[in-house]
Amino acid sequence: MSVTESDRLKEQEEREDAGAPRDSTADEAELHRVLSETWGTKPGFWGWITTVDHKLIGRRYIATTFFFLFLAGLAAMVMRAQLAQPEGQVVGPDLYNQLFTMHGTTMMFLFAVSVMEAVAVFIIPLVMGTRNIAFPRLNAFSYWVFLFGGVMVWGAFFLNIGPDVGWFAYVPLSGPEFSPGKRADFWAQMITFTEVAALAVAVELIVTILKQRAPGMTLDRIPLFAWAMLVTAFMVMFAMPSVMVGSSMLIMDRLVGTHFFNPAEGGDVLLWQHLFWFFGHPEVYIIFVPASGMISVMLPAFTRRPVFGHLALVLSVISIGILSFGLWVHHMFVTALPQLGESFFTASSMLIAIPNGIQIFCWVATIVSGKPRYATPMLFIIGFIITFVIGGLTGVMVASVPLDTQVHDSYFVVAHFHYVLIGGAVFPLLGAVYYWFPKFTGRMMSERLGRWNFWLAFLGFNAAFFPMHLLGLWGMPRRIYTYQPELNWGDMNLFVSLAAVVVFASFALFLWNVLYSLRHGEPAGDNPWDADTLEWATSSPPPAYNFAHIPVVTAREPLWAERRALPVAVGLRTDMRELVITSVTEARPELRESSPDPSIWPLISAIALTGLFIGSIFTPWAVVYGSIPLTIALTAWFWPKGDKEDEA
Amino acid sequence: MTLQVTGHQWWWEITYQDPSPERVLRTANEIHIPTGRPVRLVLNSTDVIHSMWVPNLFGKRDLLPGLQTVIDFQADKPGVYRGQCAEFCGLQHARMGFLVVAEPPEAFDAWRLAQLRAAEAPKEPERQRGEQVFLRSSCIMCHQVRGTPSAGRVGPELTHLATRQFIAAGTLPMNRGNLAGWITDPQSIKPGANMPMTQIPPRDLQDLVSYLEGLR
Repeated sequence: MSVTESDRLKEQEEREDAGAPRDSTADEAELHRVLSETWGTKPGFWGWITTVDHKLIGRRYIATTFFFLFLAGLAAMVMRAQLAQPEGQVVGPDLYNQLFTMHGTTMMFLFAVSVMEAVAVFIIPLVMGTRNIAFPRLNAFSYWVFLFGGVMVWGAFFLNIGPDVGWFAYVPLSGPEFSPGKRADFWAQMITFTEVAALAVAVELIVTILKQRAPGMTLDRIPLFAWAMLVTAFMVMFAMPSVMVGSSMLIMDRLVGTHFFNPAEGGDVLLWQHLFWFFGHPEVYIIFVPASGMISVMLPAFTRRPVFGHLALVLSVISIGILSFGLWVHHMFVTALPQLGESFFTASSMLIAIPNGIQIFCWVATIVSGKPRYATPMLFIIGFIITFVIGGLTGVMVASVPLDTQVHDSYFVVAHFHYVLIGGAVFPLLGAVYYWFPKFTGRMMSERLGRWNFWLAFLGFNAAFFPMHLLGLWGMPRRIYTYQPELNWGDMNLFVSLAAVVVFASFALFLWNVLYSLRHGEPAGDNPWDADTLEWATSSPPPAYNFAHIPVVTAREPLWAERRALPVAVGLRTDMRELVITSVTEARPELRESSPDPSIWPLISAIALTGLFIGSIFTPWAVVYGSIPLTIALTAWFWPKGDKEDEA
Repeated sequence: MTLQVTGHQWWWEITYQDPSPERVLRTANEIHIPTGRPVRLVLNSTDVIHSMWVPNLFGKRDLLPGLQTVIDFQADKPGVYRGQCAEFCGLQHARMGFLVVAEPPEAFDAWRLAQLRAAEAPKEPERQRGEQVFLRSSCIMCHQVRGTPSAGRVGPELTHLATRQFIAAGTLPMNRGNLAGWITDPQSIKPGANMPMTQIPPRDLQDLVSYLEGLR
């Protein structure tokens, strides 16, 4: 094994703690034992709730988001049953409105954004070749806050006080006058929970990607999934505060009598829409950009060549990230807008099709010039390209004001965004789960079930959602709980509902495949796909410390460039948690940084914060009283532990 | 021609503007327009945001509380065009329809003149009793029939109710049975609507429906 040792690491070693045990000295078995002891999570319940291992947290984060996906999917099935025939009697308007609110809210806040971040929490530190995510306790805290927020809003739903004002909660309908009771408040606080969780992960990902890369992983060697997550994390940082401000203003209007959105007292109902969509449109790309990164990182493994146009793909992702903040007003074309505003946002909405188009061309070029192998992840990639192109085309259509005023808030738009969200994000995500499942669990998922899963999902999806374009063009508005028989929408809706059963069956099959493969899947080995990125350089599932030696990157496809063995960097201590911190652009090793041990305080802080958030639904004083336990928990969390670094 | 359209949960109030106050016409849920002439709809809402949409005549435009929006359009062919609220506005968003009836200018002028007239005093004894039922019951808290003491402005104006093709904002075809059903139990037809259930003895209900059916 060739050994690259950084001068600076060595220097540091000599200067401070020369006698300490290091990963350069022990033999492999001994190293494994010592590192496992240092980095391992204690068995049992206590270990489970205190762990700061990004893999354990990432795995439970992913499982939780999929649990919410199934809840939201069930809500969709009930809605489709209701709409299967005119004047349906399955549910009444009150429950229907709660159902579509919970469906949209859960899919956007509790599934789509969160699952992308959850996968990144597991995968990114491995891709970066580091031993844990940055700020691992914040990571644990993020998961608990997310979990409690999701449980709160679904708990409210099952108590029949679930939000019923749509996932967009437009004022004044969601305001104090037209939504008395606490339903809209649960929605607004769910926003606060999930955005706190999302912002925390965004901070961790940015720092992990910029400062914890393996030595040698210069900016132009960063894998595309990491680029995508870096851009996504920055988008989260800029987009989420907008909706948090909005939902906090809404809660204040409802709870303490402010008038931000009350036109009778000088407030403005359109202010809400601007705040919401300034978050809401980047949100779509916050979901899509990680999915595009998954595609780019999976393709080389299944086409046996580096992805075509690496630089073009990086620049596309960055420009999507920037452009996505300049087109939120296209959600508001039918409100009172000046004509110049309409023209500007039409142009910017069409502009973003260009970087998206570049990505598609790069992926198609990769497939055409490679030797494609049609395993399940690859099938999902092909399904993605077809579906996303259709959704992109209708996207360009709705960017045009004259057309948009017709199809806006009709089933045409429902079809459009399901094409871009399911086709553009969920298909790549399912492919990515098949792809990374061996890394998550050590076992392969069943290919046979995988093929069934793909074809049911792909055909069922198109059968369910393509006819919605037509329903929209025939005049069927969104968010209606029923329609009259004379409108002749019944047959098509029945067809859509039947096809929706197929889509649901495909997800049930996916779940079965996961559960079955957990026990009976083929053992995977380190690198079952012969992929090129660093997460495949360690065992499946990875040990608690991820890598026995920190890998050194010499090429853009490190595992293909160094077929025999990766060069590694040594010198980290083994008796305490240490990471290599590298420079932002060149990834030169800069220093050894300690990484926190497990702690119960993230969980206790999350519980205290939950008390504050839920209490503030009922009384503003909860903010005052609730801050006391929160302060105690945070003080304990950050209390100096007496090691050298804390005191420095 | 300028019409003021005001959105309510869950019906449409329509006011035909005119320089002379006695020619201002207030009606609900059915817009009559002359063919071949430009029409301007000035939109506003008194409660939440609604959106006006007649797929075969024009695209959507929101009705916003505190702001005014405008739709300019023209119908070239006579016909009945269905429209519906397109912005989620609460429980009965699904049952907030309306009709646009485009007719030749002469027919439209005749319609408008007829609509401007107050309701004729009923002649048949049954309808006379029905009028008394109407004036005695809670109907008048919200509804108006011009030519009677009723002056409610909360719900749709009823002076020429029977000329409209639908009741309850495009929900039920106008006929005797639907009128009776709607008056006695609106909450089973349109749960959450602001019209309460009204307890009326069957005899009185028959008279009341006869009265309403005669409001032409």
